[in-house]
Amino acid sequence: MSNLIHLRTPLTDNDVVNLRIGDRVLVSGIIYTARDAAHKRLVELIDAGKELPFDILDQIIYYVGPSPARPGRPIGSCGPTTSYRMDVYTPKLLAKGLKATIGKGNRSEAVIEALKQHKAIYFAATGGAAALLANAVKKAEIVAYEDLGAEAIMRLEVEDFPVVVANDIYGNDLFREGVAKYERK
Amino acid sequence: MATPTRISASEITEKVSHLCMDANFNLNEDVLDALRDSYEEEGSPVAKEVFAELLENAKIARECQMPMCQDTGVAVVFVEIGENIEIVGGRLYDAINEGVREGYKKGFLRKSMVKDPLNRINTGDNTPAIIHTEFTSENYLKITFMAKGGGCENMSRLAMLTPADGKAGVINFVVETVKIARANPCPPIIVGVGIGGTFDYAALLAKKSLLRPLGTKHADPDTADLEKEMLERINNSGIGAQGLGGWITAMAVHVERYPCHIASLPVAVNIECHAHRVKTVVLGNFQ
Repeated sequence: MSNLIHLRTPLTDNDVVNLRIGDRVLVSGIIYTARDAAHKRLVELIDAGKELPFDILDQIIYYVGPSPARPGRPIGSCGPTTSYRMDVYTPKLLAKGLKATIGKGNRSEAVIEALKQHKAIYFAATGGAAALLANAVKKAEIVAYEDLGAEAIMRLEVEDFPVVVANDIYGNDLFREGVAKYERK
Repeated sequence: MATPTRISASEITEKVSHLCMDANFNLNEDVLDALRDSYEEEGSPVAKEVFAELLENAKIARECQMPMCQDTGVAVVFVEIGENIEIVGGRLYDAINEGVREGYKKGFLRKSMVKDPLNRINTGDNTPAIIHTEFTSENYLKITFMAKGGGCENMSRLAMLTPADGKAGVINFVVETVKIARANPCPPIIVGVGIGGTFDYAALLAKKSLLRPLGTKHADPDTADLEKEMLERINNSGIGAQGLGGWITAMAVHVERYPCHIASLPVAVNIECHAHRVKTVVLGNFQ
């Protein structure tokens, strides 16, 4: 049965060892946004041995491209985008100390292996629950790549941002195990 | 010939602009009902929580007049135009595109169209709309707007089967399409299936089938049975809401059939996510 756990960023090893697939987690603190184009740039910096525009050690990256914010609101609707497009970049970021990612949909074998190796978590947020998730965002500011528009890297201050553990540090995969459990042959 | 019924281009623009916002902010009652039923029926606690979140999300979107999903879609517009209708003060397609431009700006909706599929430069205003037009003998202009998300559209497929593949071949292709898609189209999904016609027409049938309200039965009993069988097979997959495992992967399967060539059996599967955003307006003289 799934537990409800409150976590505050930055995450520690102590936080992640206790997480198991299916656990519901409410995340508070700072998370960073990045999707396709920003990932490409981050990994190019890593490959060139250069510094990243923010310190990713023990941080969380959220895969999102929000809709425009209405005046007076920190952010527009901001549900997760599909994670597999980031699979090719994720292991390199995990090797740099990134502790978790948030997105929707399943990850590749290589990412699941890297999560195990670097003791990191993949959280699933509900795709399409974009207004609900926007309500958990209290502040948003661009930290890099403003030229990318909706794909710029933002620093979000979140409170009780709802996610579920989809891949834990033990190699478990909720997408595989959950589906196997409810499949009828 | 009867006197034409005149409809102004500016009225069309204004209505389309409103439809764009209305569709993205206010989920229709048939979809809400389907989500509520799914919440009740679902056996997986994780998937049940997803349905609870989606219902809460729809409520927040309506109250705050903000898009229920950040992917506010491609503007797909279905037009039914009476042969006696005359558009004045502008052209129909220009008026529709102007409405999309205005609605996406005023509603703070995301602009997701690029000018060219290879050069990928954003058009900046979510135009052009994808417009399908049909002439009717009615004395009105009916405009149906659909905000179609990219994630689910990407998981759609088409096959040119052989007549020998028959019903079993069609069902297998539909179920296989959903299984390949897995979590990517944001299940719980709605599955639109077009069988027959030609390569292009099957795809249009699949998309049009999505316009039928959820929870309604197909008028043709044979097609209704086919929909039921496909839905059962899809939900046996265990994919569940968001692909996290569960009993409800699809909330509905809609099938449309059409005559086709003696050598052909085209089948198109258009997948729609749970954020099923469709709104209609009717202009002109009608009862």
